[in-house]
Amino acid sequence: METIYILWLRQIKRYLRSHSRIVGTLGQPLLFMIALGFGFGPIYARAGNGNYLQFLVPGIISQSVLFTSLFNGVEVIWDRQFGFLKETLVAPVSRFNIMIGRTLGGATIACLQGLIVFSLSLFIGFRPISWQAVIPMILMTFLIALAFTALGTAIASTLDDMHGFQLIMNFLVMPLFFLSGALFPLKNLPKIMEIITKIDPLTYGVDGLRAILIGSSHFNLGLDSLVLIFLCFIFLTAGAWLFSKVQI
Amino acid sequence: MSEDNQPIIEVKNVTKKFGPPDNQLTAVNDISFKVYPGEIFAFLGPNGAGKTTTIKMLTTLLKPTSGDIRINGYNPVKNQDEVRKSFGIVFQDPSLDDELTAYENMYFHGVLYHVESKLRQKRIEELLKIVDLWDKKNDLVKTFSGGTKRRLEIARALIHHPKIFFLDEPTLGLDPQTRNQIWQYILNLNQKEGITVFFTTHYMEEAEKIAKWIAIIDYGKIVKTGTVESLKQETQTTSLEEAFLKLTGKKIREEEASPLDRMRLRRKFRHH
Repeated sequence: METIYILWLRQIKRYLRSHSRIVGTLGQPLLFMIALGFGFGPIYARAGNGNYLQFLVPGIISQSVLFTSLFNGVEVIWDRQFGFLKETLVAPVSRFNIMIGRTLGGATIACLQGLIVFSLSLFIGFRPISWQAVIPMILMTFLIALAFTALGTAIASTLDDMHGFQLIMNFLVMPLFFLSGALFPLKNLPKIMEIITKIDPLTYGVDGLRAILIGSSHFNLGLDSLVLIFLCFIFLTAGAWLFSKVQI
Repeated sequence: MSEDNQPIIEVKNVTKKFGPPDNQLTAVNDISFKVYPGEIFAFLGPNGAGKTTTIKMLTTLLKPTSGDIRINGYNPVKNQDEVRKSFGIVFQDPSLDDELTAYENMYFHGVLYHVESKLRQKRIEELLKIVDLWDKKNDLVKTFSGGTKRRLEIARALIHHPKIFFLDEPTLGLDPQTRNQIWQYILNLNQKEGITVFFTTHYMEEAEKIAKWIAIIDYGKIVKTGTVESLKQETQTTSLEEAFLKLTGKKIREEEASPLDRMRLRRKFRHH
């Protein structure tokens, strides 16, 4: 237990010390909220859908959680490059514990990042249906974060170097985000888009957060949570297995 | 070496092959040797001879293709944790966390090796004082020079009081002052604590000065073992370096770059 805690703590300390990283990763969600939120707001309202910013913010929270958590998972490659991974791999600790500690740390950071984006959104006019929604929001954010940190770790465990990183960004992170319904409603989509959005795991995170924060959703909160819990289980298992195969 | 003494490291007919069956590379080819408790053992060889692969097998990072290894009486494949508790290691490349302080690096290691909290604190203080880093304990490792990092890695590897100390080219790229100092620490430890030292180096004069027993490996095979004196006698040379060159030839070895090397190279290009 203490070893899991210490690996968790390491991730947190690294995060809190890299101020530039914290500020840097907030720029993009803020830009999205302002540019898209206010830019598309009028059209969205004219189409009779109400306030676009309210609709958009849960999507942008999901986006920042997705980016941060996948990035944290992929950090395994950095640790490999800078050698710290070796230090943990020769310690009398099981690979499973190492992977769990790191993943929980990465997920916690992503969750914090989501909370910060949520706080920022309040300044530009976002209002949740009730303040009690904050607690379930944190839980939902953590589920999203856990699933994607584990996915990042799984992918990073199969990569030798940073070559694959751009590939992950372009062919995984971006599609996951843009095809998740973070930016648009899932109602009345063309058939092919409907199928794609249903396959995208982030869709359920976005939908879950919408259910919690603005009280409207495409599926329902129960289904969203179930899908995410199931994904956490799958990705954690895959991540632990692939990480156990890492050779230095 | 007395006969009743049990070896602390025992390697019997160990082979390691990499790659698919039709295109195999034999990195280590049927090697055997023994290291006795309290000994200082130098494992020498040209680049790509199989030194690091052997260390990785001894330290549970790689499984041998065949053969048997005992570390402190345990098998690194079957009793991983027991073996891991028995040794401390300083790798060829730094393995510290740059974003943490010297103290935190030590502390994290202590926790990973299940050293109980009070004892942990005591040992961290002791060891940081030995390597003259107690004053810098709260500095981030990224502010340290190469030599300082090495000293910290040596201190860190000893928190759990290992019986065996592996050092893979511990003085690579350091100036003579720092190299000297680092060997002083290691010799002290060996004399005071009786810790077994297993090291590799390309500096033959270091091995000549420090090692009590030497094994020379080339193309995955051990070509000679013995004391500095016996190696010099057998090859009729006057220094270990000459003996080494006589045994392994003067041909320069090509080593295939690991993904890590390639990555470093790219970073270098990007920075310049």
